[in-house]
Amino acid sequence: MEKHVVVIFPHPDDEAFGAAGTIAKFREEGVPVTYLCGTLGEMGRNMGNPTFATRESLPEIRKKELQDACKVMDVELKMLGYRDKVLEFEDLSKVSENLKGFLDEIQPSLVITHYPEYAVHPDHNALGAAAIDAVSKMDESIRPTVWAQAFMRGYQEILGKPDIVQDIRPFVKTKVKAILCHASQAQGVLGNVTGEQLTEENMEAIAMEHFKEETFYTWNFKSI
Amino acid sequence: MKPIDINEVQQHIDEFAGKKVFIHLETTNGAYANHVNEKAYNVGAFIRNAQVTYEHGKIKGAGTAYRVGLKTENGWVYAEGLNAWEMDDKNRLLMAGHDREGRLMVALEISETAF
Repeated sequence: MEKHVVVIFPHPDDEAFGAAGTIAKFREEGVPVTYLCGTLGEMGRNMGNPTFATRESLPEIRKKELQDACKVMDVELKMLGYRDKVLEFEDLSKVSENLKGFLDEIQPSLVITHYPEYAVHPDHNALGAAAIDAVSKMDESIRPTVWAQAFMRGYQEILGKPDIVQDIRPFVKTKVKAILCHASQAQGVLGNVTGEQLTEENMEAIAMEHFKEETFYTWNFKSI
Repeated sequence: MKPIDINEVQQHIDEFAGKKVFIHLETTNGAYANHVNEKAYNVGAFIRNAQVTYEHGKIKGAGTAYRVGLKTENGWVYAEGLNAWEMDDKNRLLMAGHDREGRLMVALEISETAF
């Protein structure tokens, strides 16, 4: 059994879409989970449908959505305070140091993050790289396992099949509930993910049907 | 935000003219444009808290597509595709263009204090 799981993603809702089923599974086993969320998704373009957020009100709205989703998943939340869309332009060695501070304190047995260069959004790739760098600098005796998530088009042709395949069907209710907490984003992102025309009414049912597994690659630190 | 009323927005643009103001200007089609549609390009740009003073500004257009141009001493600030606006609780003029799904495509915001 894991001792403590730390999830490191840059945006409020990455945790819900990417790992909420896995998180719910760990929580059911009694494993503590901490989410280090990089930004508040300040530059998101989904503003709700119909629109209810503005560029300026979006950060506070997404912060509240994130807190609600973390309550649903029953995880501890720490917000890192970077800015959406420009994470890759930060000094990534400093970002890595910052992450390592959290990891040294929490001493997790497992870290979940994005697979650098295979996670589509530049913020995902940058924070994933910083997270893996942070873990690689930990002493091998306390170094947690890393599960890296990839979803770039064609990723399996290059990386092979993911070795960690979590059947999340028993936890899909919690996952969908967490996704729906992100009210400003849910419909827009779900539309992209499922390829369906979504409405307020059909959104939940389509999401319940769509999510079956969450997949990750165990990071091989020897290969660096 | 509400649909643009050209007269109301023009009034607010006039109120900021000649003052030192902060601008947020942005356009985006999202970080997933190419991921969702192989033939699409990811395109976006933003500048946040650019300080400018404009001599005058105008809003032009009709229906659901408006353009705003602000004439500065050495150049222009321009945005196209705006369809919604509000004065927020900090007295900032927020203008944006949303697509049919409510997603932001363009934004131009003017404020006397930094965003």
